[in-house]
Amino acid sequence: MYALQDVSKRFGTTQALHALNLTLPTGRTTVLLGPSGCGKSTLVRLLNGLLHPDTGQVLYGGKPLPTDAKALLSVRHRVGYALQGGGLFPHLTGEENVTLMAQHLRWSPAKTRERRDVLVELTRFPAEALARYPAQLSGGQRQRVALMRALMLDPEVLLLDEPLGALDPLVRHELQADLRAIFARLRKTVVLVTHDLAEAGFLGDDIVLMREGRVVQQGSLVDLETRPADPFVTRFIQAQRLAPGSGASA
Amino acid sequence: MSTWRTCAPTGLAVLLLLSLALTACERASTTQGEPSVRVGSKKFTESVILGEMVSQLARSTGASVRHRRELGGTAVLWEALRRGELDVYPEYTGTLRQELLSGRKLPDDAALRVALAEEGLRMSAPLGFNNTYALGMKEAEAERLGIRSISDLREHPALRFGFSNEFMERGDGWPALRDSYRLPQREVSGLDHDLAYRGMEAGSVQVTDLYSTDAEIAAYGLRVLVDDLHHFPAYDAVLLYRADLESRAPEALATILRLSGTLSEEKMVKLNARARLERVPEAQVASDFLSQALGVSTVVRGDSLASRVWLRTREHLFLVGVSLLGALALAVPLGVLASRSPRLGQAVLGLAGVIQTIPSLALLVVMIPLLGIGSRPAIAALFLYSLLPIVRNTASGLTGIPLEVRESADALGLPPRARLWRIDLPMASPSILAGIQTAAVINVGTATLGALVGAGGYGQPILTGIRLDDTRLILEGAVPAAVLALLVSGVFEALGRVLVPKGLRLRAESESR
Repeated sequence: MYALQDVSKRFGTTQALHALNLTLPTGRTTVLLGPSGCGKSTLVRLLNGLLHPDTGQVLYGGKPLPTDAKALLSVRHRVGYALQGGGLFPHLTGEENVTLMAQHLRWSPAKTRERRDVLVELTRFPAEALARYPAQLSGGQRQRVALMRALMLDPEVLLLDEPLGALDPLVRHELQADLRAIFARLRKTVVLVTHDLAEAGFLGDDIVLMREGRVVQQGSLVDLETRPADPFVTRFIQAQRLAPGSGASA
Repeated sequence: MSTWRTCAPTGLAVLLLLSLALTACERASTTQGEPSVRVGSKKFTESVILGEMVSQLARSTGASVRHRRELGGTAVLWEALRRGELDVYPEYTGTLRQELLSGRKLPDDAALRVALAEEGLRMSAPLGFNNTYALGMKEAEAERLGIRSISDLREHPALRFGFSNEFMERGDGWPALRDSYRLPQREVSGLDHDLAYRGMEAGSVQVTDLYSTDAEIAAYGLRVLVDDLHHFPAYDAVLLYRADLESRAPEALATILRLSGTLSEEKMVKLNARARLERVPEAQVASDFLSQALGVSTVVRGDSLASRVWLRTREHLFLVGVSLLGALALAVPLGVLASRSPRLGQAVLGLAGVIQTIPSLALLVVMIPLLGIGSRPAIAALFLYSLLPIVRNTASGLTGIPLEVRESADALGLPPRARLWRIDLPMASPSILAGIQTAAVINVGTATLGALVGAGGYGQPILTGIRLDDTRLILEGAVPAAVLALLVSGVFEALGRVLVPKGLRLRAESESR
């Protein structure tokens, strides 16, 4: 679905991403894994044009991502995006957050309602809470609303940046299970950012381990464990195994 | 979202209709048909009394008359007359020669008339009194010492002089006077004008400077010493009017001009004293004089307190409402632009900040050549003052939107316009409303200065109160102004409950808990 060719990105004096090449397969879940500051969030923002690469190009479906604002809008309609904390619009109810784009695109009320009901069922969101504002929702519920909003237009791709980052362990565990079921049902191309190895192994078909703006290794969790491309891979895995549940947010 | 999108335009529409209704009220007060005469007066009692006389005389011929009282300064009236926004106002030949046309070095009244004619203006024959600098002393003491003229002072070198600070310093003040009359007095002190009068009562001051028609001359029983060497320039009171009044309202003009030669200094002092010291309304003072001296009986309309306050409330609301709506239409888009480009934002905010530092009075006077007198310059000044709070709050409200919300809106693929209406403006609405509220409350206060340029409003009684040193009158303007400020503030609080999206209010509540 995505192919990155010699893509690099710099913020001021910080080289966030060194020139890298990467292919993200269609219909599979790829997890961008690594410690904070490794460039994984920068990478995911290159995929929907929130950021533009300094060098190289991002191919989406074989074609370069447009730079023209209008063409980019239609790409974004096909690429769902949810980030840590949900990024919900606080002045809109849960339902209004979810159906915002459908309303803007003038979907019929029936079509909107139908799609909403599908998503409520898919994300196991309590329907009666749809009328609540983000301030009245729990952290987990907010994340489910964000997921529904990202999926509303039935996109080809789902980009999730630390979707479970701010949740307490129990809620997080429950949502992980739900997310896995959702990914399995939808069979969409998913790119998920996390710093948690267990989460990466649980949710991802493929893991891209990153460090300081470079890709260290791409493969399954088993690949990473048994055939580490670099001593860092082993260190990263062991650090997370030694301190279970605490994450590697060093 | 739906609340914001429907209520915001509705609220604006209501404000707009209100302002239009108020404009209509103002328009309706000038009737068509009979000739109209617009009279002006300066913001001191004598000028207001003369303005009232002119107004009542013109009205007695059936003309529709508007008297803009207490305009702030000679330049304001002069400009308004030249621009045709006033038809007539009382002026002094000295002021015309020394101030307004000082560059022309006009030797006499004939030359003055020629210079005025070039401007399309005419000057009446003198009204009879000369309101110039003079020296005065207690009548009894002057009589005892046999002093009638300034020259007589030479015989009494021991007299104690107390002059106002202004008179001590003026080019034609004490130093020049001493030289031209060769006055020998050594005990000369500069002090505040009011203190000089009190000093005369106490005997510590025996001679002071005054204007030859001051009300105090009657009140303190003073003798005005004759300027026998003609040291002080003549400030003969005249009526200054537009030449076109002769064709537009000949009857009214002829009646107005009957005032010429009817007012001696002694009479004017008495009229000033009645208004200033006995607090008889100027209209009444003028009316009584007209019936005595010219046999013209005029009706003095005494408005009740309620109708006065209501009239001024309408004027005041009109100034505030129109200026605020105008500012809203410009400042919100400017704030949006400012939030998008930091450099442009700094330029816009800097400019608005500079405007804010211009003293209100200066801004009002600057507006007069462009917009004339009345409500227009006041509205323009208030409009400019309203910009900064609204621009700043709009910009800060927009830039204060959390990063993850902005990013979410971007990532959804919402086009910029839709994003502005659906996300940005609703989220910035508490801040924008607070800015409008600030601007509105400041406007209610600043609009009181509008009276100086003839815009009316609560400033009118405040101005009169200051002039007459009448606290009751000051309060008649100040109290409603304060009440209106509170009311406006309250209205915006209430508006906030309707316009600010519920989700944002919930968040504010949960954060303050």
